[in-house]
Amino acid sequence: MTAATLSHGGAGAGQSAGQALGTTEIAYHEAVVRHFTLATVFWGIVGFAAGLFIALQLAFPALNLGIEYFGFGRLRPLHTSAVIFAFGGNALFATSLYVVQRTCRAPLFGGEAMGAFLFWGYQIFIVLAATGYVFGITQGKEYAEPEWYVDLWLTVVWVGYLVVYVGTIMRRHEPHIYVANWFFLAMILTVAMLHIVNNLNVPVSLFGAHSYPVFAGVQGAMVQWWYGHNAVGFFLTAGFLGIMYYFVPKQAGRPVYSYRLSIIHFWALIFLYIWAGPHHLHYTSLPDWAQTLGMTFSVMLWMPSWGGMINGIMTLSGAWDKLRTDPVLRFLVTSVAFYGMSTFEGPVMSIKAVNALSHYTDWTIGHVHSGALGWVAFVTFGAVYFLVPTLWKRERLYSLRLVSVHFWISTLGIVLYITAMWISGVMQGLMWRAYDNLGFLQYSFVETVEAMHPFYVIRAMGGLLFLIGALVMAYNLVRTIRGDLRVEQPYTAVRTAVAAAR
Amino acid sequence: MEADMILPVLRSLWVLWMMALFTGILFWALRPANRSRFETAAAIPLRDEE
Repeated sequence: MTAATLSHGGAGAGQSAGQALGTTEIAYHEAVVRHFTLATVFWGIVGFAAGLFIALQLAFPALNLGIEYFGFGRLRPLHTSAVIFAFGGNALFATSLYVVQRTCRAPLFGGEAMGAFLFWGYQIFIVLAATGYVFGITQGKEYAEPEWYVDLWLTVVWVGYLVVYVGTIMRRHEPHIYVANWFFLAMILTVAMLHIVNNLNVPVSLFGAHSYPVFAGVQGAMVQWWYGHNAVGFFLTAGFLGIMYYFVPKQAGRPVYSYRLSIIHFWALIFLYIWAGPHHLHYTSLPDWAQTLGMTFSVMLWMPSWGGMINGIMTLSGAWDKLRTDPVLRFLVTSVAFYGMSTFEGPVMSIKAVNALSHYTDWTIGHVHSGALGWVAFVTFGAVYFLVPTLWKRERLYSLRLVSVHFWISTLGIVLYITAMWISGVMQGLMWRAYDNLGFLQYSFVETVEAMHPFYVIRAMGGLLFLIGALVMAYNLVRTIRGDLRVEQPYTAVRTAVAAAR
Repeated sequence: MEADMILPVLRSLWVLWMMALFTGILFWALRPANRSRFETAAAIPLRDEE
């Protein structure tokens, strides 16, 4: 099929490289994907370690060390940006640039040179942003902390990304644009729009780091959360759904459960997500109608989200036994289950009555991490375990048993993390709103902080387990790249195992 | 009615246009005639050799 598709348009200059290698092979540009994959693992470990450290700072404030550069306030954006933009961003680059070439059966537009620009350009963005946080240079907007000079640089890199992506799609040999590309493209386009509008700032001086935003007051807050929630919706959801739509079918060896469901839930997601931002501003000076609008759209979002979850999980329909024998697939499918769980929790928390209890408490942190660790990180781990042996042309991973070890350590870490934060958050919310019979607040703020201490310790333990899991993965991947194969008992299908027992 | 009077009315009905567009997409996606087209599309990742 591939050969047939290719030989059709053989006259184009683009395929000359592919044809030189024979009709069945296209000269995909994979060096850039390898670099982004390695960067994903590297920044993942940096980001998880930063998260563990700030979790310990919350449990044991002495760890702030009395040094301004290592205070919680500066390291917290370092952690969030490292995991979202460095770990997640590199994962999106790696997978999208791999998937677009494979599903379009076309080499990357712009070739290795453009690939190298995207890779180094994005790493420079990460380092510029991170150094800014430590030295106290920030816009003070959550997930949009980098100052104007970093924002401008990211815009250049991101537009390059869009050009490469669209260019590759336009030169495709596959007539249909596979659904994963729709999700990736929605992510690239929307993030470009969000990033530019939310960072419309006027620098104080040409050589100074600081700037002032164009939007002020409640308009500024609304623009910020329009950005902030769609960063979750398009960066951490649409982009990673693109990963799901390629790597789950690929690893399971079967097509996606329902292609028409993928079309419907894609468009439903796109139409609805963009309106959900106001739920971050319940009970603020934002007009009431806007809050209700944000809540309503957030609740409606439950449906397309579960459409995606059903599509991902049901791809396994008729092949559930693969979960027993393939720990990589287990990562991918568990990630989709976590996606379903956190996209149910999210709409519930966006309801104003629930939000009155949950907002500003640890419940939000628990919710974010069930999505970030369970969905985003797990689907990334699954994709990376698929990509490394493929990209480095290895027979298989060094050890599938170690993948399983990684899976269980991380899962335990997530369970500790989210249960601790749920209990801590609900307790915190209830303590804040507790009145005594004379109408006075029952607890002072510091009493709530004290009550949260044990849960902070449990949360840090969860983070430690998650970090250990990532280190196991890094070891496994390094050995895979070196070409080592661990001698171990392979996973066998149930039937074979039963037969052997007889 | 003047054109500059019609335009604001049409724009205020944006949610209807969005809904019409989405209904169109639904219709297209669920049309039985498109079944084989989607089956081919779903197989795209699997037709690729590593």
